Amino acid sequence: MSTAIAEPAAPEPQSNYLTNGYSLWSWLTTTDHKRIAILYGVTITAFFFIGGAAATLMRLELVSPTPILMSAGTYNKLFTAHGVIMVWFFLIPSIPATLGNFLIPLMVGAKDVALPRVNLLSWYVFALGGCFVIVTLIAGGIDTGWTFYTPYSTRFSQTQVIYGLVGVFVTGFSSIMTGLNFIVTVHRLRAPGLTWFRLPLFVWAIYATSIILVLATPVLAMTLLLLAMQRVFGLGIFDATLGGDPVLFQHMFWFYSHPAVYIMVLPAMGVASEVITCFARKPVFGYRTMAYAIAAIAAFGFMVWGHHMFVAGQSLYASLVFSFLSYIVAIPSAIKVFNWTATLYKGSITFEAPMLYALGFVGLFLIGGLTGLYLASLGMDVDLSRTYFVVAHFHYIMVGGSVMAYFAGLHFWWPKITGKLYSESGSRLAAIVIFVGFNLTFFPQFILGIEGMPRRYFEYSPHFQFLNILSSAGASILAAGYVLPLIYLTWSALHGARAPDNPWGAKGLEWQTRSPPPVENFDAPPSIPERPYDYDPEAAEEARR
Amino acid sequence: MMQATEAILALPAAATPYADKVDGLFWALTGVCGFVTIGITLTIAYFCFRYRRGTPVNRKLPDLASGKRRSRRIETVWILVPLAFFFIFFGWGARLYYIYDDPPRNALAIYVTAKQWMWKVEHSNGRREINELHVPVDRPIKLVMTSQDVIHDFYVPAFREKRDVLPGRYTVLWFEPTLRGVYPLRCDEYCGTAHSLMTGTVYVMSEGDYGRWLASGSEEPTLARLGFDRFRELGCSGCHGPSSTLHAPSLAGLYGRMVPLADGTFVRFDEAYIRDKILQPAKQIPAGYANDMPSFQGRVSQQDILELTAFLRSLANTSPDVPQGNHLP
Repeated sequence: MSTAIAEPAAPEPQSNYLTNGYSLWSWLTTTDHKRIAILYGVTITAFFFIGGAAATLMRLELVSPTPILMSAGTYNKLFTAHGVIMVWFFLIPSIPATLGNFLIPLMVGAKDVALPRVNLLSWYVFALGGCFVIVTLIAGGIDTGWTFYTPYSTRFSQTQVIYGLVGVFVTGFSSIMTGLNFIVTVHRLRAPGLTWFRLPLFVWAIYATSIILVLATPVLAMTLLLLAMQRVFGLGIFDATLGGDPVLFQHMFWFYSHPAVYIMVLPAMGVASEVITCFARKPVFGYRTMAYAIAAIAAFGFMVWGHHMFVAGQSLYASLVFSFLSYIVAIPSAIKVFNWTATLYKGSITFEAPMLYALGFVGLFLIGGLTGLYLASLGMDVDLSRTYFVVAHFHYIMVGGSVMAYFAGLHFWWPKITGKLYSESGSRLAAIVIFVGFNLTFFPQFILGIEGMPRRYFEYSPHFQFLNILSSAGASILAAGYVLPLIYLTWSALHGARAPDNPWGAKGLEWQTRSPPPVENFDAPPSIPERPYDYDPEAAEEARR
Repeated sequence: MMQATEAILALPAAATPYADKVDGLFWALTGVCGFVTIGITLTIAYFCFRYRRGTPVNRKLPDLASGKRRSRRIETVWILVPLAFFFIFFGWGARLYYIYDDPPRNALAIYVTAKQWMWKVEHSNGRREINELHVPVDRPIKLVMTSQDVIHDFYVPAFREKRDVLPGRYTVLWFEPTLRGVYPLRCDEYCGTAHSLMTGTVYVMSEGDYGRWLASGSEEPTLARLGFDRFRELGCSGCHGPSSTLHAPSLAGLYGRMVPLADGTFVRFDEAYIRDKILQPAKQIPAGYANDMPSFQGRVSQQDILELTAFLRSLANTSPDVPQGNHLP
């Protein structure tokens, strides 16, 4: 954090949102969006490490083609727990509910979100859903996979499917409340003069995400409800023996779950846009195109769910349409990658930890996106679907993409959120370790898929072992990489040096207030810049001399 | 080291012409995507190096208006160029899917029933096998598949093909192996505890070997012969038989043809339609007939339907007046 030293020292401690009450009660009854963001942050961090532990155990088991640590049943429960926890209890709330909650009011120059009490309620609902999942784990877990495909989940699984369903069902309402809150906040609480095209792309991304949350999550709720009614009461919607159709479940499930991928990725794109422009000291390339691309992804993302069913007995013509639309949705994603790259051109680039994470995000998202082109192509998908190629593809998007971006955002706004600085070398090292560990874990899985290893295989053919060992070795590096931030960020929160208000010289409204911000967010009304990302690389060079 | 290289690069053999075509698409995709990945990564690396803070390079940005014009032009290029490639990959993949989705009429039908956790295979002469599939080389094979419990998926990497196997429904997977050999078969839809053990072997053998293998099994009546017995036992022949006085269609010669329906549409008389008519006869009434067939839901097993279908299949090339069953061995 070389720039930090040059800045004037931060003023003496003043009252801020963190000093506004120290008791547990003051935290559990807060309606301050900044504190709720931290409640979310702590909760999802716990779930991240539970889900990560499940993944670690799976990778340990997969070192050998035959059982070494556990039974097939345990393995199946582990990948289900990993999927359910990582998707619904980490990735979906990750950027929106933590960084989004903290930043959206600051970025639009508001005192809080539009519905502060609903905001707190959404965290309680989230925590309640999380409790059901913990109870599910204690009661023995679920073995359906996070996709809950019928009729396995309704008539054949002997595990605690209903508890898990209730957990996911309940958590959905927290998503809806959070989404609704952000939509109203962005519409109603923007500071005077802050027009739509002056908003940071992060706000655009969270806004688009919120629309998806509000429109798609109810479909998930309906689907899970029908599933539960079939399992408990024998309702026949998805039951072929009663005239229902198990593939209908897949359609309904993916009608939510494919847009859910964009719930995880759009906020990541928002973070990357903030961080890359800041550390390149240059306005983002093609701001309007970037904003329209976000909207296009959110809209087209609703029309591609059928690409999960190319081999499931879906009609030829449905498959053709879904394949075509899947290519169309790739266009705005491609634009974003090109524009981030172009943003670096003629910049004045520095490489602090947030930038390293953001650059890692672009590279990994690029590979994740390009391998999506294989799966969107009908003939290719018939070979590759449900193999490890798919596993690698979506981990490049969700871990390489979303988690890297979450870390980029966490490191970028950490000084603002906590008012503390963290270890510069430790954070850069962690970014590199995570990048290397990630690629070593998941790149071999592309090859495993091409060679024909199906996903969710507990035992496998011995000639897949070498690549599986590589992948597991990578996973151990990745796990170590994820523990590093836990250590130095915790240390920073407790003993870190005081952060200045704007350690990166960044341009968003959130950097105009103190670090950490006061309860009311701004001591004086923030000044609204005429255009967002008003960085100047030449001035940045001058300032350095 | 040699072993390690082999462990990484041992792609499955391509045993059908279709698999070769899929590999063509695969390499095209890999070529383009590899080029783009390397190109963008190098561009980012170059920009990061050249424009790192402190390097004496020109950083002057164009003024707002001309910058906008220029970025519009550049963006148009990088929307249209990827779009062109996407159209190619979409069309290429769609062409393969047309082949995959359209089994040739003359394909040899083999029946597959999946259950937790095994593959049961029945050949037309009644020869059965479990977790193994013997097929002749150079001949189109059509697997007619259904599941007794959950969803499974029949995946043969060497054929670059898979298809879900669903309960209550028939799905078809076809291939024409041209390379004799032994290939792994894997279940590729998660189906419960022993999912990863639901594997098997496909043997592609010469026509002669296949004939000998087919004949070598224990003497069992053919599926069609069993189906003929079911046809009488279940009372189907009472209405559909040649001597029936009831107004029900003769089923001889119908298999594989398009049947006109009362609502003016057409449906192919195939496995799926036969199954539907047995279980839900009120659906898709043929033109000129009344809705008076009873449902056999609950009275027929999966196996019965399989046998009845095989019997009706065997009638494909008979004329409606041929006494039914007489053509069977």
